[in-house]
Amino acid sequence: MALLSKKDANLILDPLADNNPITIQVLGICSALAITAELKASAVMAISVMFVLGAGNVVISLMRNIIPSKIRIIVQLIVVAALVIIVDQVLKAYQYELSKTLAVFVGLIITNCIIMGRFEAFALANGPWRSFLDGIGNSLGYGIILIIVGFFRELLGSGTLFGIPVLGDPIEKTGLYATGYENNGFMIIPPAALIVVGIIIWVQRSRNPALIEEN
Amino acid sequence: MHDLKMKYKGKKMAPAINAFHTFLFTPNETTHSGAHVRAADDLKRTMNTVIMALLPVLLFSMFNAGYQHFSAINGFPENFSVMEHFLTWDNFWIGVVKVLPLLAVSYGVGLLVEFIFAVIKGHEVEEGYLVTGILVPLIVPIDTPLWMLAVAVVFGVVIGKEVFGGTGMNILNPALTIRAFLFFAYPTWMSGDKVWVHEARERSEQILAGATDVDAISGETILGFLAQNKGAEMSYTVSDMFYGFIPGSVGETPTLLILLGGLFLIFSKIASWRIMLSAVLGSLFMGLVFNGVVDQGWITETSKFYGLMSFDFWKHLLVGGLAFGIVYMATDPVTGAQTNRGKWVYGFLIGFLSVMIRVFNPAYPEGVFLAILLMNVFAPTIDHYVVRGNIKRRMKRLENAVILPKDTDGKTAELKAETV
Repeated sequence: MALLSKKDANLILDPLADNNPITIQVLGICSALAITAELKASAVMAISVMFVLGAGNVVISLMRNIIPSKIRIIVQLIVVAALVIIVDQVLKAYQYELSKTLAVFVGLIITNCIIMGRFEAFALANGPWRSFLDGIGNSLGYGIILIIVGFFRELLGSGTLFGIPVLGDPIEKTGLYATGYENNGFMIIPPAALIVVGIIIWVQRSRNPALIEEN
Repeated sequence: MHDLKMKYKGKKMAPAINAFHTFLFTPNETTHSGAHVRAADDLKRTMNTVIMALLPVLLFSMFNAGYQHFSAINGFPENFSVMEHFLTWDNFWIGVVKVLPLLAVSYGVGLLVEFIFAVIKGHEVEEGYLVTGILVPLIVPIDTPLWMLAVAVVFGVVIGKEVFGGTGMNILNPALTIRAFLFFAYPTWMSGDKVWVHEARERSEQILAGATDVDAISGETILGFLAQNKGAEMSYTVSDMFYGFIPGSVGETPTLLILLGGLFLIFSKIASWRIMLSAVLGSLFMGLVFNGVVDQGWITETSKFYGLMSFDFWKHLLVGGLAFGIVYMATDPVTGAQTNRGKWVYGFLIGFLSVMIRVFNPAYPEGVFLAILLMNVFAPTIDHYVVRGNIKRRMKRLENAVILPKDTDGKTAELKAETV
């Protein structure tokens, strides 16, 4: 990380673990529950959010001195909405099947709390380069959790990874299925994501007790 | 054992050793300070009482496993006699082969998880799993693969109980969490007409694969029949339902034995009669409403709800897991409501919702576990409002009360007068 000063590097590294938007700040949970049944959808969602948050942070940061604070939320919304529409159109053009799977959730990136949160908390008060790093860092932190959850849910729920069967064929009973193993239908439904995210939070906090909130 | 205990004192494995020790012997130490209420019914005694109430059900279920299996193959015996057709070694043997492994896996895996957590956390092993362990095999279908049960038990104990802080802190009933997990994870093993009788599923797969030397057997539960509007094809009599000679989850069928177990629990003051009674009332009430709808002719015979709605209201208690759930699950003192008035509401809604889920969602013919889990979640809320209501009532009483002057007030006045 010689490219970045230590302070800048922390902008990217912090949200990956100790200040993760999902597991520590508990933001953006809705999409993490909804689209993580398949790894591919999780990855695309992570990339989309990375684009929206990275670009959005830069735009807001550039405009930060001219946005009247009374209407800043509306300005932020317009910026996110514009970026989300770009993502949506690109997906529809090049990944039509996938965009159907993600359905409304691409549009709902607009309401993803992580994005508004970073605009408010960071981009409005920092320069474009640092805002860009912050956006990338937070969306990476979001993406990592999505990928982890997607990995377990797809592996246990469908026996595939990125749509490729890795445990054998459930109908022909080959591979692991020959021993009587069956896919876990529970992992397909959204509540399972809640439990997987919960377990990640549990593991993370028991490894680093400093993260446990007092209440 | 005593020596072992002394040897491991203060070490990491101490909780595990201590648990075995107190399970087998009376602890050789006493509390050192403070005043304590002395009572014989500690947690272990409580748990053991429930297990005693469950043992007849377990025994019956072992015979029933075989009875359902052989009856499905050979047809139900015409002149049924309990001694000849039911209490036979053949039947019992099927039960031994099928039910005991379920029981062993349930206890083995569940206690292993409890021991691991106790050692990690460094607290004593809690007895909470003793009852859960015997409930679990009784509420799953007989052919549930053992590895599935093991996975579900790990899930239920860890997510249902340990994450909340162990026995006494759990929001949901662990046994029901285990069943709910199985139900949503492996629905093909938990519902339909091929899972309730031993070998039914195996045989249908063999037939699909082209085998011709096996007869297909199926054992639809009564609720399953009704959900498909095929009530007329059912050959079970009311007494079959009451005594439990019907297909179903391993131990949910013998209503008579469950009733006796329930009475035993009530008289030993382990379980709350308020919850049991109100749950029975709730289910009867909901059943009556549905019967009324049918009597009024508001729905036709072609309606998909007709079969279950027209089912006599009191029979809902005899079939499926309703009775079992009310007696052994709803009354769980940890996850149920704590206040007396709360218990009435809690129980009533369990019965009410169970029957409602049965009728309105044929995909979940067994709504009891969902109803109880739902009410588990709401139990603290119910208690909260009961307590608030009590406070309000007493505050009002205080406001309206006429505060009489105390005797002493008068005396001090007199004293004052005298001194002046």
